[in-house]
Amino acid sequence: MEEGSPRFRDGVLAALPLAPAPILFGAAFGVLAVDAGMGRLAPILMSATTFAGSAQFAAASILQTGGGVLAAVVAAVLLNARYVPLSVAVAAIFPGNRRRRLVESQLIVDESWALAGRGGRFEYAILAGAGVLFWILWVGGTALGALVGDALGDAQTLGLDAAFPALFLALLVPYLRSRRALLAALLAAGITLALLPVAPAGVPIVAASVACLVGLRR
Amino acid sequence: MTDAWLVVAAVGLVTVAFKAAGPVLLGRRPLPPRVLALVEVLAPVMLAALVVTQAVGGERELVLDERLIGLAAGVVAIALRAPLLVVIVAAGAVAAVARLLT
Repeated sequence: MEEGSPRFRDGVLAALPLAPAPILFGAAFGVLAVDAGMGRLAPILMSATTFAGSAQFAAASILQTGGGVLAAVVAAVLLNARYVPLSVAVAAIFPGNRRRRLVESQLIVDESWALAGRGGRFEYAILAGAGVLFWILWVGGTALGALVGDALGDAQTLGLDAAFPALFLALLVPYLRSRRALLAALLAAGITLALLPVAPAGVPIVAASVACLVGLRR
Repeated sequence: MTDAWLVVAAVGLVTVAFKAAGPVLLGRRPLPPRVLALVEVLAPVMLAALVVTQAVGGERELVLDERLIGLAAGVVAIALRAPLLVVIVAAGAVAAVARLLT
């Protein structure tokens, strides 16, 4: 990046190499959500408002396996709780009044946040440019998957049901460098494994959140 | 309201609040350390629970099927530091092929 403060354009350009990911993931989410019985409009609206991949996948996959509304909401909310520290970290870079900050803070996603902080301090223009591009592609990809995904074929034949645990594992791995996170993740996996055969669908995932208490260990 | 719309509304509202928390509410004030410590392990905990549920979950039973073969391919891809997309495609494709063969 050049010297001087970056512009919105620079944010869009910085995000461009990552562009295929939100399109393809968005499409995959659209396919999964329709398959989970969410209809076609709800997934698109969810991408526009929630705009957070792993939580959306979690909610749709829990609905698909019959886990129920509560389990889907709890899992998605807990997954998105990380946005509290992420948004606190960039709190000071957003200009304008509260309403503008409320709207523009929705452009915070893992990728735009990470790009914005690459230079050692957070740049608003990068976050905004990257965030807008990701939002458009994420919503567009979801619409693509939700509206024409049927043409791709059945989710199980495509192996989508195996792609999702792999996706969640790949998202998990970077966290495991911290000892506490590793311990918490192992405990959560153990609780889930133990409860799956005995508890109704959705309960194991919610119960596993108890493992967060490991975070309080010193 | 159907289940899907309930989930979309509830998750949407909470997520909007989470993302706005810093810029709108907190400003420059930091979170209490104990809350921060809990929040830090939330994502890995939920992701670990999701991996297990999606890999071996069934209707009140553990189901060992082609998903595990696909996941194993995903693990290899992760170990090779492949991009996220490659991990997913590898897991899906291997599971799909395994399903064709069995």
